[in-house]
Amino acid sequence: MGSNGIRDRVAIVGMGCTKFGEHWDKGVSDLLVDAANETLASAGVGVEDIDAFWLGTMASGFSGLTLSEPLKIVNKPVTRVENFCATGSEAFRNASYAVASGAYDIAMAIGVEKLKDSGYSGLVLPTGGDGTALDFTAPSMFSLLAPAYSKRYGVSMEELKEVFTRIAWKNHKNGVANPRAQFRKEVPKEVIAKSPIVAGNLGIFDCSGVSDGSAAAIIVRTEDAHKYNKKPLYVKALSFVAGQGTGTTDQDYDFTTFPEVVASAVDAYAQAGVTNPRAELALAEVHDCFTPTEMVLMEDLGFAKRGTAWKEVLAGTFDMDGELPVNPDGGLKSFGHPIGASGLRMLFECWLQLRGEAGERQITNGRKSGLTHNLGGTPGCAVSFVSIVGSEPSS
Amino acid sequence: MSGIISYGSYIPYWRLQRAAISGALGTHSGKGTRSVASYDEDPTSMGVEAARMALSALGGTSTRAVYFATTRPSYLEKTNATAIHAALDLDEDAFAADMIGSVRSGVAAIRAALDAPKPTLAVLSDIRTGLAGGSDEREGGDGAAALLCAAEGDFIAECLGGATATAEFLDRWRAPGDFAARVWEERFGESIYLPLARSAIASALKQAEIAPEQVTHFIVTGTHSRSIPRIAATVKPETLVDNLAATIGNTGCAHPGILLASVLDSAGPEETIALVVLADGADVLLFRTTKALTTRRQPMSVASQMACTRDDLAYSKFQTWRGVYRLEPPRRPDPVGPQAPPTYRSEKWKFAFTGTRCAACGTCHLPPARICLRCGAVDKMLPERLANTRASVATFTIDRLAYSKSPPVVVGVLDFDGGGRIPVELTDVDPGKVQVGDRVEMTFRRMYAAGSVQNYFWKARPIRGTE
Repeated sequence: MGSNGIRDRVAIVGMGCTKFGEHWDKGVSDLLVDAANETLASAGVGVEDIDAFWLGTMASGFSGLTLSEPLKIVNKPVTRVENFCATGSEAFRNASYAVASGAYDIAMAIGVEKLKDSGYSGLVLPTGGDGTALDFTAPSMFSLLAPAYSKRYGVSMEELKEVFTRIAWKNHKNGVANPRAQFRKEVPKEVIAKSPIVAGNLGIFDCSGVSDGSAAAIIVRTEDAHKYNKKPLYVKALSFVAGQGTGTTDQDYDFTTFPEVVASAVDAYAQAGVTNPRAELALAEVHDCFTPTEMVLMEDLGFAKRGTAWKEVLAGTFDMDGELPVNPDGGLKSFGHPIGASGLRMLFECWLQLRGEAGERQITNGRKSGLTHNLGGTPGCAVSFVSIVGSEPSS
Repeated sequence: MSGIISYGSYIPYWRLQRAAISGALGTHSGKGTRSVASYDEDPTSMGVEAARMALSALGGTSTRAVYFATTRPSYLEKTNATAIHAALDLDEDAFAADMIGSVRSGVAAIRAALDAPKPTLAVLSDIRTGLAGGSDEREGGDGAAALLCAAEGDFIAECLGGATATAEFLDRWRAPGDFAARVWEERFGESIYLPLARSAIASALKQAEIAPEQVTHFIVTGTHSRSIPRIAATVKPETLVDNLAATIGNTGCAHPGILLASVLDSAGPEETIALVVLADGADVLLFRTTKALTTRRQPMSVASQMACTRDDLAYSKFQTWRGVYRLEPPRRPDPVGPQAPPTYRSEKWKFAFTGTRCAACGTCHLPPARICLRCGAVDKMLPERLANTRASVATFTIDRLAYSKSPPVVVGVLDFDGGGRIPVELTDVDPGKVQVGDRVEMTFRRMYAAGSVQNYFWKARPIRGTE
């Protein structure tokens, strides 16, 4: 019994990612075709060469037909998966396992979301049921992290606001150098700090972008990788945890951590043999859905000691030129957050960075692996995914 | 002889200054305030609050029937009293029915409960309003009362009998679906009401063999603003019960119950109460209090409830809550109403606020769970109703995006005394004053209506009065 992982047994040999943003001129099918074609070209294969497909979308389509129809896939399995905001990561994880098992030689994981066709800004989930589920918004649930953290570690709400502002400022700044990002403008801290409040002490600029987009990866067994790509990325760890969902009803939960993230990180580090993530990772792409989330994740992922992430953020530890660059592509904050695509988008940044293709935002710390972290749900009721990928096979 | 076993009242938190009406409309300036049901209240939810108050002081007597009276029911065709029945966690074999539409339904429910062979709860609840600037809007009020009556038992007030006088005449009316009532020239109604009232009062006193001077508390209420003072003027001034017009206004079909509750709040044993209600006739009920009253008053008096208030409600907000002003909705889909089968399945949770407690390790689960979050025991749960358990705010936030008729939404994560946690919406609260550690109690509310489907559930409010 155990989470054994598939360290180095599969590799990514091609990736693609559309620009994220308001694609008024593109539908779900267009986004899928764009991402798939770029990915196929990146691996030097045709769609007919792919043995199986995993499609991640939270609500932009149902069944494998959402992908097989626009791509004209002939007689191949297409599995549609959903796991909240970690949907894209889930597609990647399952495709990786399918290849590792030997069932297929080459698989595609692709994620897509079309949020801007709804006419609403923000995520719309179905309600109904017995009417007792509270219709609080995501920013309000995540805003609960701030007073809890403030109380537990004796950091004032004013200091925390400064921390959140800095996270938003950093991710916007990182997004400037990313041609695929939704927002490519540096935003002054004063503007961020004074943006209209949406919930708790979170302003508009503490929230991630609502966008359309798609991203994809092609996975093969490690021994086949060089047939497709001279610079493959090896999959070191894949971990997924669905929590009990009892945090909001459990008096032991204090809203200063995501236990699901801690568990998935511990599992992933064990799979990959990582002992000091802050020193070993070249970059981390984390789920900065709201600015306090990123702060708390720094502790949950082991990048900062408990109660210190706020200081580390202010000290620039996670800046582009910091000890561990976090969200060098701009993160959900400025790259945008098309739900089903986001997990694969994070992986796409690792693909560029670890293979030296990140252009003017290239990280040069010489480290060989990157981490992606994808979260779904709300504090106390979440799913968490952590992957570690690297440019070199383990010795 | 029948009597009252227990009683309760509910006065909503909000007051509208009558000067705020004239300030907004430039109309005749009234004095004082009127009570206003909040945006998340309706007659059913207020009735639940009054009934909880009535039953809280009670040990043992099981309610066998509920009669619910209101002029503005949230449902027609469907019984409203069944939601009250469910919120009170009454037994399935207890009856529940509405007496709705007319103001006289209020006193009718009391009479029916007194006449019932088994312990019966009369729940009187009303939301009173009228056209902008009119006397119904100004002089009306919102509130509820509940009286548990029985044919025998340990009464707090014994019914000494009563009398009624009925006539068919057009004084006040409202067609189904109309927002406001209309009234005929009041001088006409006066000519009908006065003789009916005099006759019913005389008849009731005579049958009970009580002299008028033996009545300690005279309650005179009803729908007719000219006749009520005329009848009131015929009784000894010191026995006339304050009709609360200056503070909460006339709560229509709930008013006989609220005024009776205000007398029972402070009356001593062996005092005689005459309740006179003028509504499409005259109804008189006579009561004599007992020693049991002093030990079984409602836990919070009408006066104390009236003291827990905010009286700075803007007229614009009042009209928004009443549905007169329609605010532009947020750019979100309209809320989907509760679905019938899941609502039916979760009746104990949704209406009675009954969670579960693990028999193996004692962990409380809100909402109910089958598998314990702490020890993993499977199907070892015992139901536990937390509607009357107080809680502390563990943490909170203000949600400025969530849909509400009165934004912003205040989200409070509650820790219940004795264990149990759940995030709920806080109501009757100043968003700027919420603090971690605040003490709260549960209150039954209408969360929203989706189309014509009402969604009832529980919220928390700051504890009224002192603990």
